Formats: sequence, structure tokens, C-alpha cells
Amino acid sequence: MAEAATATRGHAEGETRRDFIYLAAGGMGVVGAAAVAWPFISFMNPSADVLALSTTEVDLKPVQEGMAITVTWRGKPVFVRKRTKAEIDAAAATPLSALPDPQPDSARAKKPEWLILVGVCTHLGCVPLGQKTADPKGEFGGWFCPCHGSHYDTSGRIRKGPAPKNLEVPAYAFLDDTTIRIG
Amino acid sequence: MAAPAFKNGLVRWIDHRLPVFSFLHHELHEYPTPKNLSYWWNFGSLAGIVLVIMIATGIFLAMHYTPHTLYAFDSVERIMRDVNYGWLIRYIHMNGASFFFIVVYIHIFRGMYYGSYKAPRELLWILGVVILLLMMATAFMGYVLPWGQMSFWGATVITNLFSAIPVVGDWIVTWLWGGFSVDNPTLNRFFSLHYLLPFLIVAVVMLHMVALHRFGSGNPLGIDVKGPQDSIPFHPYYTAKDSFGLGVFLILFAGVVFFAPNLFGEPDNYIPANPMVTPPHIVPEWYFLPYYAILRAIPNKLLGVIAMFASILVLFILPWLDTARVRSAKFRPTYRKFFWVLVIDCFVLGYVGANPPEGWFVITGQIATAYYFFHFLILLPVLGLIERPLPLPQSISAPVLKPAEGKA
Repeated sequence: MAEAATATRGHAEGETRRDFIYLAAGGMGVVGAAAVAWPFISFMNPSADVLALSTTEVDLKPVQEGMAITVTWRGKPVFVRKRTKAEIDAAAATPLSALPDPQPDSARAKKPEWLILVGVCTHLGCVPLGQKTADPKGEFGGWFCPCHGSHYDTSGRIRKGPAPKNLEVPAYAFLDDTTIRIG
Repeated sequence: MAAPAFKNGLVRWIDHRLPVFSFLHHELHEYPTPKNLSYWWNFGSLAGIVLVIMIATGIFLAMHYTPHTLYAFDSVERIMRDVNYGWLIRYIHMNGASFFFIVVYIHIFRGMYYGSYKAPRELLWILGVVILLLMMATAFMGYVLPWGQMSFWGATVITNLFSAIPVVGDWIVTWLWGGFSVDNPTLNRFFSLHYLLPFLIVAVVMLHMVALHRFGSGNPLGIDVKGPQDSIPFHPYYTAKDSFGLGVFLILFAGVVFFAPNLFGEPDNYIPANPMVTPPHIVPEWYFLPYYAILRAIPNKLLGVIAMFASILVLFILPWLDTARVRSAKFRPTYRKFFWVLVIDCFVLGYVGANPPEGWFVITGQIATAYYFFHFLILLPVLGLIERPLPLPQSISAPVLKPAEGKA
């Protein structure tokens, strides 16, 4: 039908111009739809007040050696652990070849005695156990995630279980010897 | 189709301008339905009724619910204790979700047994799978709203599934949360979407009905209706049969709502959400357990997530995976046995999903997962080619009327 109509008019180039208008109009429609979609997608991302809460200051004075505290940062638990000499040595002595996600302990702590980690299992987001003295600490003396059975060592590195990565080390800075700011 | 002559003048006046009465007459009274439908064909209309019950109770619950992390748990407890009949409306809604899945799962397995997805009903089946996906999203977000421990950690684990996507995974999870963890923005948007999705389900159900009425219901024999002697009008025959089934269903439903309202629930969800402590044993609602088992069967995070989604997406191509020409398992002796193996396999997956991933549960879950995909991807295509089906009757009426008619 369309071919017959074009043939009677006898203008092949007219068809090309019509195609161009279709494509140009369709293209503008897509650009317009994307421009409208952008604010709606962005609307669902973290808002200014949520972003404003992205730092937390922690006073380390009350934390004794071998103790661990949990603080909240961006709605997530952050583990602050003052490690014992034995724990630091165990973490440092582990060969990188034994790690699923190889990372030396020295790259995970600014001061060896202070280990600061986001307390969220890298598998599906549960909070691992090991902060309290009565908690199971897993086979490597660090943390154990009860949801799907991931074991972390004294550097928070994944050693066994389904989690793909080490516990995340958040960005933090020592404001003075006994205060840190996370975020 | 001739417009029926309505006796009432007002009905005639309206119908001439807005033919709703003709439409209902055509789709209910004239609509020819196979006369041999069994009670397995009750579950479609039953699912529609449960959807209406869920929307009605949900709209009322929203009048007393507060979608805020500080108030959500207390507002649900207030509905339970202080609001007039709040306990009743909430227990109907809460257990209605479980019964919705029971009804829909039976409806799906009926479709699998009788080959309801085969030509020309492929799109009818695909629309049904879309409804299942929407139901799962709605149920998941609804479970988050009471803001108990299971709500919070269920939401955390399920949204974290998306973090398995390479490169953009973390960005997507932050976007879904509207923050850096499951928090107030997450609860707000889940409430908004939990209210919206049921109405999308209604829309897809309508398309499901349009597709259904194109060729009419299948039937237990799986052969086409060959003439008026094979069918009866939907109304009053199947409206009566559906009503009886509804009565039986409501007895069971009311039994659970009044006498065992927390049968399907997790006690941990009566503990307010605590983002700092994960309960030692987290499980999803029972209707998600088989998928959860598939997720955990594969020790790799990304592959586990892919397998879980694939277990549902495989249903979309089921009409093309099953190569058999004969619809009903009644005439497919080998398929019939494997159908029941699949049903048992799904129960095994559900049982494994409810238990911690340790010891023999791990290997059982892996075998059951492998079998699930084997059934759809290998068994169905091959079986359709090598199986020798039993002879089909000549028509729906033939086995019954043959002695009287004396000819086929």
C-alpha cells in the first residue's frame, strides 16, 4: 500500500524527508522523556539532610585494649576495636595467599591497635557477631555473620563463607590521639 | 452477537449509550465455558476475590498506619490493640497475603499439570507470570511496613541482592534506599509503592481476563471445545461452582484468621526494628522460601542472585520449552510423574530455605535447585519429543454421550 502510494507520487526523496522528520521527532521525544525522568530518578537518591549526616565523631578514650564498641554512621553500625598485640600479630602474619580478597593488615588500619570497620557483612548486609565478649567470633577470632555463615579475621578480612569482600574500612581521620571522625 | 433485549427500560436506555449490560451478558451469560471443569479451575476467580479482599483491608489499614521509622511499629500495635476491629482487619490482611500465595501457587501448578500455557494461551500465561512478579514485589514491601526485626532485615537482605550487579550495584542499592542503609526514606517509598502495585495487578488481571476470554478456559481433557454440546454458559453454572469453592475457602481462611492468626508469621517481627542487631536466624515469609533456597544453593553471590531470578523468569518461556503437542497431563503418563516430582522438589526447596545453610541442607538445596532447572530446561523439551501420549477423546462430550449418540 505504502509503496503504491509513493510510486504514484513518484518522489523517492519525499519519503526520505518524511523519514527524517519521524526520526527527528522521535529522537526529541526520547530526549524529552529522559529530561523528565531525570528529576524523578534523582528524587529517590539520598537527600541533602541525609547527606549532611555523613560524618560521625567518636571519642576513643574509654575503649580499653581488647574492647570493641559499635557506633552509628549513616544508619549503619561501625565497629571500633582496640586490638591486642596477639590479634595484630595474627593479622599481620597471615599470608596474602590465604585470603579470598587479598589485602595486608597494614593497609586496613592507620594505627595498628585501632581497627575501624563498617559492621555490615559484604554478602547481604547483616551485622556480624563478635563485638561482645560472649559473641561467637568465628574460626579466625574476628567476626562471624549468623545469616549465611561468613567468617572474618582480626583484620576484618573475609576468610570463609559466601561473602565476596573484606569488611569495608570507612574513610576516617584521627582529629587527635583519642578522637576520630568517620566519613 | 446480538444485543440481548433487556426488560427494564432504564437498563435499555443506559445500555444503548454505555453497553455495560451487553458486555456483562456477553462475558458472563453467553460466554461458553467447557462443561467438564473440575474444582482445580476455581482458583483463578478465587485469586481475584482475594485480591479484592487485600485491597479493601489495605485501604482501611492505611487510615491508621504511620509510615515513619519512629512510629510505624507502634502504629501497627495501636491498630491491633486500640483501633476498633483493627486486629481483625490487620489479621485478614496479613493472612490474606499467605492465602493469596497458596491460591495462586495452586492456580499455577494447575496450569502446569493441564498444559494451560500452550498455544493459543501463551500470552495469557505470560501475563500470569507478570502478576506473580508484581505480587512478590507487593508482598515483600508490605512485610517491611510493620517495621519489626524481620521487616528490617528482610528489607536489608533483599535490597542487598542488587549490590551483586557488577559496577552499578552499589549505586542502585543507595538509590533504592534513598540513603546509606534501610531507613526512613526506604520505609516511605515502600509504603507508597505497596499502595500502588495492587492497582497495577488489577490492570494486568484485566488483561489476563481479556486474553482468557479470547479462547475461553482450558479444561481437564486439554482438547478444544468442538461445539455447543461441549460447553455451558458461565453464569449460572460456574458462578455457582465458584461460589461453593469460595465458601470452602472462606471457612479455612476464617479458621486461620480467628484461631491461628500468627501461624504463618515470625515471632521476631514483634520485636521493633534494630539496625544494630541482626536476629540470629533470618528467614523470609514462607512463600519466598524456595527462591531463598535457590539463592543460597550457589556459593557465588552474583550467580546465586541470577539463579534466583532465573527460577521465575524461566516460567516466561515455559510455553516454548514444553514441546509436547498434547496439553493435559491426563494423557501424558510420563510427564504426569515428573510433574509431581517437581511439586515435591519445590516443597524440598521450601524446607531447605527455612533452615540454616549447614550440613546436609546445603547439598540437598543444591540438588533440588539443579533438579528445578533440569525439569524446565532439559526434561520438558526432551520429554515432549520422546513421550508417547495416550489417545485423546474425540470431544469433551464424546466419552459421556457416545452410548446415546451411537456415533462420533
